[in-house]
Amino acid sequence: MVHDLLSSLQLTGLERIAAAFVLVLFAMLISRIQHLDLEKHMLIAVARAFVQLIAIGYALDLVFAADHPAYILLIQTVMVAVAGLTSGRRGKGVPHATAVALISITTGAFFTLGLLVLLGIFSFTPRDIIPVGGMVIGNSMNVCSLVMGRLRDEIRSQKGPIEAALALGASRRQAVMPHLRRALQSGMTPVVDSTKTIGLVQLPGAMTGMILAGASPLQAVQLQIIVMYMLIGAASYTGLTAAYLTYLQFFTTNHQLIDAGAQSAR
Amino acid sequence: MRRPVIEVKGLTLLRHEKAILKDISLHVERAESVCLIGPSGGGKSSLLRCINRLLEPPARTVFIDGVDSTAMEVLALRRRVGMILQTPALFAGSIADNVRYGPALHGETLSAERVAELLDRAGLNPVKSSDPVDTLSGGEGQRVAIARALANEPEILLLDEPTSALDPAATRHVEETINNLRIALGLTVLWVSHDIQQAKRVADRVYLLVDGQIVDEGTPAHLFREGSAHLAAAFARGWLGSDGTVIHSG
Repeated sequence: MVHDLLSSLQLTGLERIAAAFVLVLFAMLISRIQHLDLEKHMLIAVARAFVQLIAIGYALDLVFAADHPAYILLIQTVMVAVAGLTSGRRGKGVPHATAVALISITTGAFFTLGLLVLLGIFSFTPRDIIPVGGMVIGNSMNVCSLVMGRLRDEIRSQKGPIEAALALGASRRQAVMPHLRRALQSGMTPVVDSTKTIGLVQLPGAMTGMILAGASPLQAVQLQIIVMYMLIGAASYTGLTAAYLTYLQFFTTNHQLIDAGAQSAR
Repeated sequence: MRRPVIEVKGLTLLRHEKAILKDISLHVERAESVCLIGPSGGGKSSLLRCINRLLEPPARTVFIDGVDSTAMEVLALRRRVGMILQTPALFAGSIADNVRYGPALHGETLSAERVAELLDRAGLNPVKSSDPVDTLSGGEGQRVAIARALANEPEILLLDEPTSALDPAATRHVEETINNLRIALGLTVLWVSHDIQQAKRVADRVYLLVDGQIVDEGTPAHLFREGSAHLAAAFARGWLGSDGTVIHSG
């Protein structure tokens, strides 16, 4: 009876969003009862999400209607810039962290999307590249942050063994390599692990979106498989670039660990 | 006249715009054992690191066998100038893996016999060469570090407080090992130590470094003799402040 009643409501558009807000109200109630003091943050978050997503929705509507390659470059550039700034902030303690993040994410996105288009998997149109690019850039941002942070921590905590290696005649690359490998592993492990368990724990986003839009499950899983392979590729290109650029920030060209502020004078 | 193996001339080093080494000049002759002593934070470790360019010295302030160290290829310099740090900082793997590390960097593979010889020279039983390094005591770890440094066949050995974390027996063993190697291989040795008794045992000459400056030098017999008015003697008695002032005259 309840199901029939709810089905008869036939909510559309903004009505569905407003109805979904009930879930947020429950969350705010839990926060209030448990004294979590998150109600204000939740309200700000849902308001920002609403405004930002509506704005991007309208923007994408216009972009898809125009169907011009220049819009692809414009939107991807904005995405990369935001991702680079975010990852750069997370990489605090890495010299020139924002520059490292921007170059790494750009490299990952360029190679991944380039290969996808070259192999004919997606076409170079706003409707294909912008959503796919968003997934690639978002994933690359997370990998870049993980790799930068882990390598920074490794170099700081393992100064002794690194210095010992340098003193034995190791180049900066040779001295840092075991630590660089660990940082890369820690950056790539999440996406590799999630690929292993995909579909077992939850249905992933791309697949869910297609099914809700009316695509057959078999069509949806094809896309999802491509997405997961794409994210592994992007993680490796971004992670590798981030690792190599990050370690260079901690050494001089004379294979010395940089001691911030140390200078020489006659 | 033979030139010194290590010569430092007018070396000044800044950190955060503050001079941590001020106009340092010293020399170490071939096969000599010289000790740098002084209060903590006086610049001893920084001076050592300038010699093998773990810190970059200014041009024409550090000379190895008469050649400006900044004109040398830095990785080749570090193979000639070995370094033992305060903690062994051994790499994951076996003892043999650690000993092989240096030569492997430039494509050379040490034979099992050579590894055994190096471990023997460092006072370790070669039978243990395949043992993992995390089973070693502090003294044994430093011996592996010595064997590892020797694998590059250096002419010079820099030692940055290599026994400060060891008990007295292990300390004496490491000192004996270094001295035996110096005699057997003609190594030139420069120690950093905060232990005056160690300086007396191991050094042919001593430099006292306070607040980035060399304030005293001489042989241990001369500096630390009874009734010595040398600053080094005041330091030995604990009467020297970190800025070089004598805080107690006895």
